[in-house]
Amino acid sequence: MIGGWLKRLSGAEDGLGAAITGGRMRVLSGWARGAEDTAMPSRQVGPMPWVIAIMVAMSVVAAASGLAMRNIAQAARTDLAGGVTVQILEGRPELRARQAAAAAELLRQQPGVSNVHQVPQAEVDQLLAPWLGGDVADGVPVPALIDATLDGTPDAARLATLGRVLHGVAPAARIDAQSAWLGPVFGAIASAQWLAAALIVALAAALAAVVLLATRTALGNHAETITIVHMLGGTDPQVARIFQRLIGIDAALGALAGFAGGLLAIMLLGRRVADLEAGLLAGGMLGWADWLALALVPLFATVLAIVTARLSVLGALRRML
Amino acid sequence: MTTSDTGEIAQFDSVGLRYGTDREVLSDVSFTLFRGCFYFLTGASGAGKTSLLKLLYLSQRPSRGNIRLFGADAITLPRDRLPGFRRRVGVVFQDFRLVPHLSAFDNVALPLRIAGVAEADVTQAVGDMLDWVGLADRMHARPATLSGGEQQRVAIARAVIGRPDLLVADEPTGNVDPEMAVKLLRLFEALNRLGTTVVVATHDVHLLQKVPDCLIMRLDKGRLGDPTGALRFPPRRPGQQP
Repeated sequence: MIGGWLKRLSGAEDGLGAAITGGRMRVLSGWARGAEDTAMPSRQVGPMPWVIAIMVAMSVVAAASGLAMRNIAQAARTDLAGGVTVQILEGRPELRARQAAAAAELLRQQPGVSNVHQVPQAEVDQLLAPWLGGDVADGVPVPALIDATLDGTPDAARLATLGRVLHGVAPAARIDAQSAWLGPVFGAIASAQWLAAALIVALAAALAAVVLLATRTALGNHAETITIVHMLGGTDPQVARIFQRLIGIDAALGALAGFAGGLLAIMLLGRRVADLEAGLLAGGMLGWADWLALALVPLFATVLAIVTARLSVLGALRRML
Repeated sequence: MTTSDTGEIAQFDSVGLRYGTDREVLSDVSFTLFRGCFYFLTGASGAGKTSLLKLLYLSQRPSRGNIRLFGADAITLPRDRLPGFRRRVGVVFQDFRLVPHLSAFDNVALPLRIAGVAEADVTQAVGDMLDWVGLADRMHARPATLSGGEQQRVAIARAVIGRPDLLVADEPTGNVDPEMAVKLLRLFEALNRLGTTVVVATHDVHLLQKVPDCLIMRLDKGRLGDPTGALRFPPRRPGQQP
């Protein structure tokens, strides 16, 4: 038996000999898939996928909220772009009506002014009814309203010029840019968007921390195997790739579950908002680009987990010989 | 010309090793290992044999002194060059150090897979190697289900499967029967004849008599002795440069 093996070893002509003599000649730059498959257990065991799922679900909801608010703000800005409202602040109804008609007519003649629309008094009364009561408007002097659209931005200088022109036919006229009224709303929306972004960043940081802890635990659990792999000539990137795969699989599973949960929450929330039939909120519908952006959340989470695992493992291995 | 070109595999110069703040486990150890020689490292338990081997297979850096391995300064060797050197050293650990969740086959295959050898070649080579060490029928068994002797044979198979330039074995026959011990020694000798330098740490003096041309290093309380003078004046091997 020994003689046979020695013959083969010396001759290096069949399987054993060829592998022994060729073992170092066939060194490849990467780690063969077989080594990755076998050196470590195929899956980590622990709560990490579930934690990642929860974080991804929260990130998806936060991202969807931020995108919806951005859409609301954009829709409102588009609707109100160039929009101005002329108020006729006259207590006497006849004079108010006369000035309103004259102001509307004058506006129609102005260059760069379009969509001039005098809001019917009945519509104004209806708007005020929730605050003043159905029949109170009869006894309260309510301003006449004229909506119009200016070409370009209704800046202060342009409004002042128009105001002076209007005062010639309607001394009680006051002109305001509609966007100015919604300035605080836009501010609140912007704040909410920043909050959503900060929440996503915080969740990403927490996810990285979870992966870091899981990786360190895994490194501790497999320290002996890592030492053996090192002693057999395994490189740090080879070891790191094993952990990348372990963590990446768990992270991908968790991220997909979290994405599904997040989508479910968004759909339920969207249905509730749609039931409100509120004009401003209707502009918050998510478009295909928004859904695509949301689909990137689990992908980003998985990549973040893999990168965190790699950096963490390489950092830990550098402390070993 | 590198040191290894002249036939020197490893050079230790006034090497000392201490763990933490304890006393030195190795003191002023100086020797040269030549390519193609067969060395026995003897000494009582606790003499520092395993520590010296750790320095040889780059698991440990010395506290002082200089070590050259394959012509390179092992003290200042950058981390990213260590794997290349380790692949040239086959190690049989005293405690086997088999990966517990891998089968005997996969444990033996690990060095080849790490080195990127094609799976077909791995299967053939590992199968033949396990057959030779008498474990062909146990290739799918996990280490926990193998006896001490079987685990030792798997560890030896793993160490030699890549035909290393330097084979370092720490008490490789400690858990096998005399017949298998002789068989394993013959394997080491066969590798040695192919040019592999072999260093076997053992406290079994009977083993020394079974390898006629061996050189003996003796460690005593961390200090190296040269009882036969062979370390200072190693015998020339055919084809070995002076």
